[in-house]
Amino acid sequence: MAEFANLFHGFATVLAFQDVNVFGTTMYLPFNIFIMIVGIVLGVIIGVLPGLGGANGVAILLPLTFSMQPTSAVILLSCIYWGALFGGAITSILFNIPGEPWSVATTFDGYPMAQQGKAGEALTTAFTSSFVGAFFAVIMITLLAPMVAAFALRFGAAEKFAVYFLAFASFVGLSKEPPFKTLAAMLIGFALAAFGTDHMTGSLRLTYGSDYLLPGFDFLIAVIGLFGIGEIMLTMEEGLKFKGKEAKINLHVVLQTWKKLPQYWWTYLRSCIIGCWMGITPAGATPASFMSYGIAKRVSKNGKNFGNGEIEGVIAPETAAHAAGKSALLPMLALGVPGSPTAAVLLGGLLIWNLQPGPMLFVENKEFVWGLIASMYLGNIVGLIIVLTCVPMLAAILRIPFGIIAPIILMFCAVGAYTVRNSFFDVVMMLVFGILGYLFKKTNYPLAPLVLAMVLGDRAEEAFRQALVGSAGNMGIFFSNGLVSSIMALGFIALFWSVISAGISRVRGAKPEAA
Amino acid sequence: MSGDGNTASHGPAHRKVELATAAAIGLFGIIVVYGALQAGIGWGFEGPKAGFFPFIIGVILIGATCVNLWNGLQTSSSKVFSEWDELKRVWDVTWPIAIFIALVPYIGIYFASAVLIAYFMMRISDYGIGRTAIVALSVPFVTFLVFERWFLVALPKGPIEAMFGY
Repeated sequence: MAEFANLFHGFATVLAFQDVNVFGTTMYLPFNIFIMIVGIVLGVIIGVLPGLGGANGVAILLPLTFSMQPTSAVILLSCIYWGALFGGAITSILFNIPGEPWSVATTFDGYPMAQQGKAGEALTTAFTSSFVGAFFAVIMITLLAPMVAAFALRFGAAEKFAVYFLAFASFVGLSKEPPFKTLAAMLIGFALAAFGTDHMTGSLRLTYGSDYLLPGFDFLIAVIGLFGIGEIMLTMEEGLKFKGKEAKINLHVVLQTWKKLPQYWWTYLRSCIIGCWMGITPAGATPASFMSYGIAKRVSKNGKNFGNGEIEGVIAPETAAHAAGKSALLPMLALGVPGSPTAAVLLGGLLIWNLQPGPMLFVENKEFVWGLIASMYLGNIVGLIIVLTCVPMLAAILRIPFGIIAPIILMFCAVGAYTVRNSFFDVVMMLVFGILGYLFKKTNYPLAPLVLAMVLGDRAEEAFRQALVGSAGNMGIFFSNGLVSSIMALGFIALFWSVISAGISRVRGAKPEAA
Repeated sequence: MSGDGNTASHGPAHRKVELATAAAIGLFGIIVVYGALQAGIGWGFEGPKAGFFPFIIGVILIGATCVNLWNGLQTSSSKVFSEWDELKRVWDVTWPIAIFIALVPYIGIYFASAVLIAYFMMRISDYGIGRTAIVALSVPFVTFLVFERWFLVALPKGPIEAMFGY
């Protein structure tokens, strides 16, 4: 029950009034709530705009938060993330353009609903489903994170490495891209993380005598380039045809839709569970939404009508995407292994504020952790209210022509890249990563594992080498006890999952159909 | 573009881009392995040397690239990577970004941004000079206020800001 006391304390932190300096005058305000609203509005705008997503939106704004209190800063950044999750649905339903990869599945039935004049109903359903999925995930984090963290306190270097191995192996096994391309993308990330100073011995490596390479590559630059610049190039290539549907959301539509939704409780529960599972194993929100949509289509009695504006086809992907997006923070907080690129950027932020993510965070920085978790509850509610009331305004943003929005996004990308380390070389690297991002997207190399490997590279390496130092070079250390062996075994199952599942379906296919 | 049949005129073959990307990744792997060997991959008195982990990463990367190259060779050569006019649109945003970045050290990020916005508005969307001027000047100005005045984050500035005492 200590969790509830802590959570209560967290709510107090978030709701506390502070003296705030607003344009030179000091005011007494609930600063964190104010920050939360700003974050969510910014996040929704970021989610709506092409070329700006959760990950690079947070990356660009991260340097602005260096002067803030860590709790306020993480509330701002995480609320941008929640806002971006909400925002993706708006463009999917009204414009048939997924603002974010995880809202692609929402276009399948959301846009047909809008074409039939049910845009308001579709949006209300999407937002409500997002809310339910996210709420389920936050409750799960509240209950599970402290337990996972307490358990992880017993981990040695070998166990830590095994957890990293499991996380990256599940990427290779579960991603929809070809496994060897996923592996290659991930290894590029690990290699990029290794440039510069070796943190364990302090010696230099992979600098090839160049001063530019001494500090290594910062993953924030990669995020801004890969996701921001690359995305603008892709948007340009596809050519822009914005033909939006009008959205009218009023209280009547909202209440009518809410009356309908409870009958789909089973779809909700199933999608929540799929989402949480995919979020914790770092497969992320995008595969979660597709998987949930696919299963709903197969199981639902209206399955044949999916794709023609079926309400369940909006519920399933949205619920799962949000459950996955939020639960990606559980492994980040409890183990220091982020479940999504945006969670990885948040983790980068924690490191900059000298907060070491992982089990010790729950012991040493209780107030911070529970403030963050409490802000997830409140941010979710604030987010739902904001998106339900502001849809027409947000849809108007999308009508701003690309010729204006694109250079402004590019400017912010450059500003964000520069402020990371005040280095001009980083701005140049941003463009290099942008071109890489475009090429990789076109040739099916996934970007998320690259970014995650870049963030975790040094920490995974440290765990690996420390374990080997302890065992004097004997690889057997990774199978030396029950705990580490079982995590490693799970990792290998995940790594070869596509092979295993192909085998299972072949065995099943050989048998006569039972039902 | 020889030997790609009649699709070659529409754009580069997907297979070629696929193979070139894989080859470039393989080259990167070789560079990493080379750098790791320079740093030492053996066992020093402090445990594994600095190049130990990057060496393993580089070797697996080269291995994975071989598989990707092999898979790339199996794909049909008739698929087009992108139409030429699509690629031209990508090029039309890429070179202005490069020029923008090159301008930043000389005229500062704010005026470089104004030039970039003006270029996009007049060439990519056909705006008149009046509207272009309003947006291209006001957006960097507001950004300037937000960063330099309110958040006290110093960004690269050029001679024009210097005239105003920044």
